[in-house]
Amino acid sequence: MTKQIQNERRADKAKPDKAAFVIAAGLAVVAAVIFWKTATMGGAASYARIGPTAFPYVISVGLFILAVWTAFEAYLGDFPEREPQETKPILWIVGGLAAQMLLLNTVGFSIATGLLFAATARAFGRGPLWQTIPIGIVLAFFIWLVFAKGLQLSLPAGPLEQLI
Amino acid sequence: MDTFALLAQGFLVALEPMNLFYALIGVTLGTAVGVLPGIGPALTVALLLPVTYKLDAAGSLIMFAGIYYGGMYGGSTTSILLNTPGESASIVTALEGNKMARAGRGGPALATAAIGSFVAGLLATMGLALLAPWVVSFALSFGPAEYFALMVLAFMTVSAAFGDSTLRGLTALLLGLTLGLIGIDLQTGQARLAFGIPDLLDGVEVTTLAVALFAIGETLSVAASRNTGKEEIEPVKGSVWMSREDWSRSWKPWLRGTAIGFPIGAMPAGGAEIGTFLSYSVEKQLARKPEEFGNGAIEGVAGPEAANNASAAGTLVPLLTLGLPTTATAAIMLAGFQQFGLQPGPLLFANSPQLVWGLIASLLVANLMLLVLNLPLIGLWVKLLSIPRHWLYAGIVVFATLGTIGANPSTFELGMLLVFGLMGYFLRRFGYPIAPVVVGLILGPMAEQQLRRALSISQGDPTVLVHSPIAIVLLLLAAAAVIVPLVMRARGKGKLLAQLASDED
Repeated sequence: MTKQIQNERRADKAKPDKAAFVIAAGLAVVAAVIFWKTATMGGAASYARIGPTAFPYVISVGLFILAVWTAFEAYLGDFPEREPQETKPILWIVGGLAAQMLLLNTVGFSIATGLLFAATARAFGRGPLWQTIPIGIVLAFFIWLVFAKGLQLSLPAGPLEQLI
Repeated sequence: MDTFALLAQGFLVALEPMNLFYALIGVTLGTAVGVLPGIGPALTVALLLPVTYKLDAAGSLIMFAGIYYGGMYGGSTTSILLNTPGESASIVTALEGNKMARAGRGGPALATAAIGSFVAGLLATMGLALLAPWVVSFALSFGPAEYFALMVLAFMTVSAAFGDSTLRGLTALLLGLTLGLIGIDLQTGQARLAFGIPDLLDGVEVTTLAVALFAIGETLSVAASRNTGKEEIEPVKGSVWMSREDWSRSWKPWLRGTAIGFPIGAMPAGGAEIGTFLSYSVEKQLARKPEEFGNGAIEGVAGPEAANNASAAGTLVPLLTLGLPTTATAAIMLAGFQQFGLQPGPLLFANSPQLVWGLIASLLVANLMLLVLNLPLIGLWVKLLSIPRHWLYAGIVVFATLGTIGANPSTFELGMLLVFGLMGYFLRRFGYPIAPVVVGLILGPMAEQQLRRALSISQGDPTVLVHSPIAIVLLLLAAAAVIVPLVMRARGKGKLLAQLASDED
């Protein structure tokens, strides 16, 4: 989809930018959510004249104005040109981060972080995973030793960390 | 007590063996991380913040000061030996420095950058020490209305004044302000935009946001770009020592660079690297051999590099005396203070003079250490440049998560890191600046507090905001910071402004 937009943009510079319209819509949605959440906040909101609601309302209105402005620039095709992108490396890194996030408290810092390390290296084209995962785990275990033992940072321990 | 007595007391703190040790670790780590390509000073400081979590306040801030200055030194090495245009703050240094390195004069280029940074750091830190008490005594008369006006000015200069689009700068700022709303309202205890999630009640951590936007966002956009062209490292040939001619051509640019950089950093407008560009064009006009510019003129390295470091020290003036961060790096440093419950500002000078002056003295110590560390050990730092990209970015991502886990080992916090990382990627993809988001997050709640304080003193009368001449001038400057660039862009001078902006720092 992005690729298609790219080609369109190159063909005609003044063509409306679809992705930028999506941004404008997103900003409008955020503005609406802030407005709605603030209006339904209740509680202490009403007693002070400049209470906790004033600032959110201002930001909400500001975001809405910027949404309209963004839509306008999107229509004019004023956004800077974008390079074509590859999605696979992004999926590898996001997958690595998700794996670490979900596994951290069960398998411990070293193994979870080792997986993240290997997935990121894979995103940059370095494999194979059976080689990079052990490298990552050893590195993460070393980091765990330095930071959890040396600097007393609380990094979750798993089976590997309990060995020592 | 006068400044020098206070500074002498600061030295007593900074020269304690343990604090010297912290400073040494700080400068070493700062240089090592700052040298790595793709990592600017803001990210260096954000990545290394967790290292200081368990130290005491003084030790931690001293290490932090070392990291900050070390990151600046390391960055210049990268831009001289590795031509990475648009990478970080020192684009201008790359202009002439990389040409010098290619002509086999990498050694003198590194030397003039290091010595220039030292001279600028020394003078600018002294400038900070002399200027700070004066600004503090001035700031003590500020009421909430003046603080609010000052923060509005900072918002506008950080987001709208530079960069290639007012719209995208303001949008980035408002995203930061929106994130700043999340959590418990400081004055009434009302939860805002927390969506019933307990983890959100404390608000969004500045370090989580900064690390995600800079480290994860940068990694994603490097990985996704198809341009995998190899970057060439220029080997350092010959001696790092400068010839007599190099010295005579360098010392004036060092001083001029400092004189240009420090005031720009010290103003609440220090967001962009205007100083380095100004210094570069000044040197180009004054040079005895202007034809060398573009082919590796040593003045073009000496001046901007001094300006760069001087403005880095300059940004500490509003940060320490007013609690006002004007760059992403300063915003993260403010978060570093806040983790110890310290709020920089005039009161910090009154209540913990030992801490503040110890910090300023240790900046001077760190500066000297960096000179010693950088010139003879340059070969070691250069080796760091040859780390392959896959290991480098894998390591950056691991360290980015390490900081978050160390602060709060929860699945939710890592989830935020991931979400903000993706946000950082899309911000880059569509040409939005990053720094306003970080500054908005930390400065937004502070501005709101000052505004509400001002209005509750005046019992809701909004004209209190324009009662004092100081507030009026500050608000007019803020308006000018938005309107003047809009007019300039409309007249087709936008390119100049885009050049002045930098992604980080």
